[in-house]
Amino acid sequence: MGALLEVKNAGIQFGGLKAVSGFNMELNQGELVGLIGPNGAGKTTSFNLLTGVYVPTEGDILFNGKRLNGLAPYQVTRNGISRTFQNIRLFSELSVLDNVKVAYHSLAKHSILSSIFRLPSHFSEEKVMEEKSLEFLKIFQLDRFKDEKAKNLPYGQQRRLEIARALAASPKLLLLDEPAAGMNPQETHELMELIAFIRKQFDLTILLIEHDMALVMGICERIYVLDHGQLIAAGTPDEIRNHPKVIEAYLGEEVTSDHA
Amino acid sequence: MKKVNKFWLFLILAVLIYGIGQGLIQTGILNAFYSNMLILMIINIILAVSLHLVIGITGQFSIGHAGFLAVGAYVSAIITMKFELPFVLAIIIGGIVAALAGLLVGIPTLRLRGDYLAIATLGFGEIIRIVFLNIEYVGGAAGMMVTNMTTWTSAFVCLIITILVIANFTNSRHGRACIAIRENEIAADAMGINTTFYKVAAFAIGSFFAGIAGGLFSHNFYIIQPTNFGFLKSFDILIFVVLGGLGSMSGSVISAVLLTVISTYLQQYPETRMIIYSLVLVVVMLYRPQGLMGTREITDFFGKKKSVKGGN
Repeated sequence: MGALLEVKNAGIQFGGLKAVSGFNMELNQGELVGLIGPNGAGKTTSFNLLTGVYVPTEGDILFNGKRLNGLAPYQVTRNGISRTFQNIRLFSELSVLDNVKVAYHSLAKHSILSSIFRLPSHFSEEKVMEEKSLEFLKIFQLDRFKDEKAKNLPYGQQRRLEIARALAASPKLLLLDEPAAGMNPQETHELMELIAFIRKQFDLTILLIEHDMALVMGICERIYVLDHGQLIAAGTPDEIRNHPKVIEAYLGEEVTSDHA
Repeated sequence: MKKVNKFWLFLILAVLIYGIGQGLIQTGILNAFYSNMLILMIINIILAVSLHLVIGITGQFSIGHAGFLAVGAYVSAIITMKFELPFVLAIIIGGIVAALAGLLVGIPTLRLRGDYLAIATLGFGEIIRIVFLNIEYVGGAAGMMVTNMTTWTSAFVCLIITILVIANFTNSRHGRACIAIRENEIAADAMGINTTFYKVAAFAIGSFFAGIAGGLFSHNFYIIQPTNFGFLKSFDILIFVVLGGLGSMSGSVISAVLLTVISTYLQQYPETRMIIYSLVLVVVMLYRPQGLMGTREITDFFGKKKSVKGGN
């Protein structure tokens, strides 16, 4: 068994519009891969295909050799793919601690009845959830905010919390949708360190969408480039930098301005 | 430890309220009119808390709750009147059948969101009422005669069970899942929560307790008619929840108590009753649009100092 995630010719059509088509991707265990492309290229749509939000109208998605097409998002998550969102989607009225606890939901097994009657399994599992969640908040240095409502956190911390929450669902593959969006350079730098850290700590495979080229070129080992719903290039950062089609699509100015 | 203390505090408070109510009724200080108001208040609290689970916790805007009240009322009345089985059994079966009705309505409609769901549940509520209207076995439009069996004790026991079950559900991984759905359904789904399952589960539990309230309701009056369960009744329940604050159980309880008292007292002024009642609603919504309690619970106020310290 080779790749952790194998996407074969996947695509989705909305009415007459082919949002993504002929999408091929292979991710190996432990890789950190970037997915880039101009606005509207279909990056988030392909994330939605991977996570079950959309059902692909063509092609196959194999994760650990298991076919994922047609599974609901919660089933995909239980199979080991977890994600963050481009526009932060926290449970804003819940406390920071509870946000993480929600991600532990499917790891606990006690039934509704055992919670209603407060059976021992409720107490023991809730206790484990609480301890694990607190551990997580410590790793992400969010433990001092644990009783704060998620909506009251500063923007950068909200992004952190979203990553913490996605990791608490114990994924093998983590999808990050523009994690650095709206961050200043200092915060972006911290984020890069965080991503490198969690990858090691949790033995993760990470796929990230990002517009910040410094970040993508800096940490990704391989990069896929989408344009108009089509995969136009794939390779190492150096290959991508010099790929004529990519430069044509949009990367040209970005790279030169980076060097300037 | 803190949780356990809260539980005993609740129980002591409940026994105290029960004792006072029972004493007032037994000694005749409260006449039949007011003791009836107390029972009606309990029925309203049960309805408010059961709808709170659906709207306040899970965020599914259902406005057909009176339909499940009707199912509980009619089924339990059939069991005591036609089959002459005990009242306790009637209440339980009324609840179970209402929960089944909740499943039946919930499974197709809970795929809808927001206003679409509201309209669908409103429609189902009316269907349930019209079904009873057309069944001769339960008296059709003329209604069904029911013996008065609901007492302060039986109503109060039902209320305590309702509050405990819904509070326990809310403060568990299941309740958190429901709140997560309310807060952000897409994210909840992405966190591995089976959103359909929890929406239907919350809806069925809410319907169960509406059915229990129905059993108490039908045995509190001498007659039940389909007109008792129209959409206006659904709106009454909805008002308890919204006025109390979406997401706050104690808010639902407080507003059910207040509005029952207000509407009972206003019965002395039949001409202006609805005007004053509506004005109260308008004024509360103007000055507290988030509802009486917002999303907070009454218990939050006791532990507040501590949590502020912990937060900083």
